[in-house]
Amino acid sequence: MEELLAILNEMHPEVDFEIADNLIDGKILDSIDIVSLVGELSDTFSIEIPAEEIVPENFNSAQALWDMICRLDEA
Amino acid sequence: MKTKKKSAVLATLAWILAVAAGLWLLTGLLTPKYMTDIQEGALIAEYYKEKTDHDVVFIGDCEVYENFSPDVLWREYGVTSYIRGSAQQLIWQSYYLLEETLKYETPKVVVFNVLSMKYDEPQSEPYNRMTLDGMRLSPAKIGSIRASMTEEEDMLSYLFPLLRYHSRWGELTGEDVTYWFRRDIVSDSGYLMNVGTRPAENVPEGAPLADYRFSDVCWDYLDRMAELCAEHGVQFVLVKAPSLYPYWYDQWEEQIEDYAAEKGLPYLNFLELIDETGLDFDTDTYDNGLHLNLYGAEKLSRWFGAWLAENTPVEDRREQPDYAEIWNEKSAVYAARQARLEAERDAA
Amino acid sequence: MSFASARFLGFLAVLFVLYYLIPRRHQWKLLLAGSLFFYWFAGWYCLIYIGVTAVTTWLAGRKVGSLLERQERYLAEHRAEMSREERKAYQAAARKVRFRWMMACLLLNFGILAVVKYAAFVVENLNGGLALAGAPGLPVPDLVLPMGISFYTFQAMGYLLDVYRGKYPAERSLGRFALFVTFFPQLIQGPISRFNELSPSLYAEHEWDSRQIAMGAERALWGLAKKLIVADRLAIPLRALVAEPDKYQGVYVIAVIFLYAVQLYADFTGGIDITIGVARMLGVQVTENFERPFFSKNTAEYWRRWHITMGTWFRDYVFYPMSVSKPILNLHKKAKNWLWGFGKKLSVYLCTIILWFVTGIWHGASWNFIVWGLLNGVVILVSQSCEPLYAKFHAKFPRLKGTFGYRLFEVARTFWLMGLIRVLDVYRDVPLTFRQVGTILTSFHPSVLWNGSFLELGVTAGDWVVAALGGLAMLGVSLCSRSEPLWPRLTDRPNLARGFCAALILLTLVFGVYGIGYDATQFIYNQF
Repeated sequence: MEELLAILNEMHPEVDFEIADNLIDGKILDSIDIVSLVGELSDTFSIEIPAEEIVPENFNSAQALWDMICRLDEA
Repeated sequence: MKTKKKSAVLATLAWILAVAAGLWLLTGLLTPKYMTDIQEGALIAEYYKEKTDHDVVFIGDCEVYENFSPDVLWREYGVTSYIRGSAQQLIWQSYYLLEETLKYETPKVVVFNVLSMKYDEPQSEPYNRMTLDGMRLSPAKIGSIRASMTEEEDMLSYLFPLLRYHSRWGELTGEDVTYWFRRDIVSDSGYLMNVGTRPAENVPEGAPLADYRFSDVCWDYLDRMAELCAEHGVQFVLVKAPSLYPYWYDQWEEQIEDYAAEKGLPYLNFLELIDETGLDFDTDTYDNGLHLNLYGAEKLSRWFGAWLAENTPVEDRREQPDYAEIWNEKSAVYAARQARLEAERDAA
Repeated sequence: MSFASARFLGFLAVLFVLYYLIPRRHQWKLLLAGSLFFYWFAGWYCLIYIGVTAVTTWLAGRKVGSLLERQERYLAEHRAEMSREERKAYQAAARKVRFRWMMACLLLNFGILAVVKYAAFVVENLNGGLALAGAPGLPVPDLVLPMGISFYTFQAMGYLLDVYRGKYPAERSLGRFALFVTFFPQLIQGPISRFNELSPSLYAEHEWDSRQIAMGAERALWGLAKKLIVADRLAIPLRALVAEPDKYQGVYVIAVIFLYAVQLYADFTGGIDITIGVARMLGVQVTENFERPFFSKNTAEYWRRWHITMGTWFRDYVFYPMSVSKPILNLHKKAKNWLWGFGKKLSVYLCTIILWFVTGIWHGASWNFIVWGLLNGVVILVSQSCEPLYAKFHAKFPRLKGTFGYRLFEVARTFWLMGLIRVLDVYRDVPLTFRQVGTILTSFHPSVLWNGSFLELGVTAGDWVVAALGGLAMLGVSLCSRSEPLWPRLTDRPNLARGFCAALILLTLVFGVYGIGYDATQFIYNQF
């Protein structure tokens, strides 16, 4: 989780990712951010994030992202 | 709940009525009036204001409504007549006008000018409009529209002229407001008076044509007109007005003569009767021989009236009070119009 | 059948009456029949194309869907016996099988699209090369583009991709699926609907709902008015301006940029309003395709608000899959540390450029659209990269951001920037466009604005006034829907709504550009 927060903070230092829960719906992350993020995440956590996982529910908050990472790691 | 629903339906209906009323008002405003300019556009509709029936009905293009004066026929022979003419009236339009006219009355004689035999397909949208828009809605009108439409036209815009004339919003003039709900009568029993004079000079010979035969379509409509007249016991008379132009070819003349002979119809080619009628193309035309002016039309009508009295069962109705009252009034209008136009001409 | 034709009105009237008279369980069948009739009207050959797409996609969807079901059931039943690695391996293998079926269908359908839409373009360019080499050219194929092929192909393929991804199960009934592909209000120019969004209301049984029907009618009339009064009117001077580029330079080019923005907006959103309105009258909810795009403050936002369904389609089915594909991720890994960390962005940049290249080509098979797409991509990337600079700027002038004046500046900047790029699609010739835009700087004669030159473009002063008032009305409606959608609010005031409709009918009939003297211009997006 810390690693994830570090990645997010590097992208948008002005956002408090521990409480933000509308990253997509609030238009904080745009599609270019998302793609950079997916690259970083698959690198850092050695997971494959298929395109169908890129939906607002998985990207709206750091917690949702973390849940997705764990799920994909589990398979 | 129920009353609420009811009032909603009523309100919607009220608004639909408002739209319909708006459409009616707008149609009236935007439709061309043809009252001061291009008066020939007003001719067809004026027929419905007639108060008597007619012994003679003329059908055809500008060669009838510019060349025959019903007033002369009345004053000098007591013959009641009406011209159902319109600009560049095509032969199928003539047929349907005849069909429609016969629904309103049964004249003794129908006179048809044969120039339109030369056109076998729809020509121009504005001319179509001037012939068709004035007709009252009837099967004849629908038939005429169907036969007349050029490729760009559609039936709907004849039924709802607003669809055609809506773009006139930028060209509206005082005339459109003045004549929003009414029309003046611009013709004298379908005759459009012109008192100008422009002598005919250098009338061009017709250029040779590839094919002089009239097309089957035209013959068919001519047949149908002849049959319709026969059915109604009407004497059908063919004429060719004495207009020097459009050129009337000998080959055309032959075909019409043959047809008339075959069907036993009278045919008068006034181009060959110039001496008899006394026409003088230095003084009797207002546009170099295309159309006669008032003086020419009166000469022609005088001759033709005599012919009608002699060769057809027309009646002299000058002693019949019902007719005399109305037709003498028409004569007064005619005289007043002549006086006004001549004054205008002399002032210019 | 153009939306702005008496024929369509008649078709719609008959369909509408029948729709609410027949038993409700048959309503969707009537919609299908109507849609097929509508399509048949555009040419019987069109039915073959759309039929092939509907049937093959339905079959592939069924196959992929049942494979997925079986694979998931197997995995659920045997979960306990399998190790994590085994599970992953099974999933990968299962995915491959599904992928093959999906791919076959994708290739077939995009293949059809490519052939009818791009064959001529490819051969022409090939011939250009051959001519340089002195070889004789190939015959240029002359295929008629079936109506709306880009839209329905994308819609159908989106469905298949979703089924493949397990977003929702495949549709069982061919008839229902065919209705999804052919639904007539959106055949001509979209929007590109998603199956899960459109299908519930598309297949549902609808009873008469005055409110929905009124709302739909208001919207459709408004769309028709926009199209006939504003779009088709402005199309006349635009045609004149573009027909003689040598004569109309400088200020005229600025006029072209501005007029085309308004014209395209009126035309395209007008068409979409008709689509959404007509669908709503039939009880069907179609996704919005525009969200007042000219109020956007930057290019990326503009593209989230203009032709939304196309943007999200490309995002979900092209941009994301491409970004998470192996080659791109590998590139990302490798380039990460290049150029002091700038390399980290390389893969994203690459994907963005490819995305906009494809978007450009989707709009049309010609270079102007390709350049148009690439320019959009470049502008988006540049403005993204400049964000730190903006941040610094705003840190220095903290009071500026968010003020009305500054927001207005941002909106105007985006409007003109997008207009400048869009002008490629007016002249339809890349070098000519650049030359024309260049003349803004070289031959600038503002006097043409008031010396009457604009009255010689085929429209009168009255026409300009009508177009301007129409444009203002559009602006007004946009402003009114800023906080919440306008149409429900209008419908809640029944007499205002009825008056609005009555006025629109009369105004459109009088001031609409239609009939003799005007060619009824087709919706611009029709051929895409």
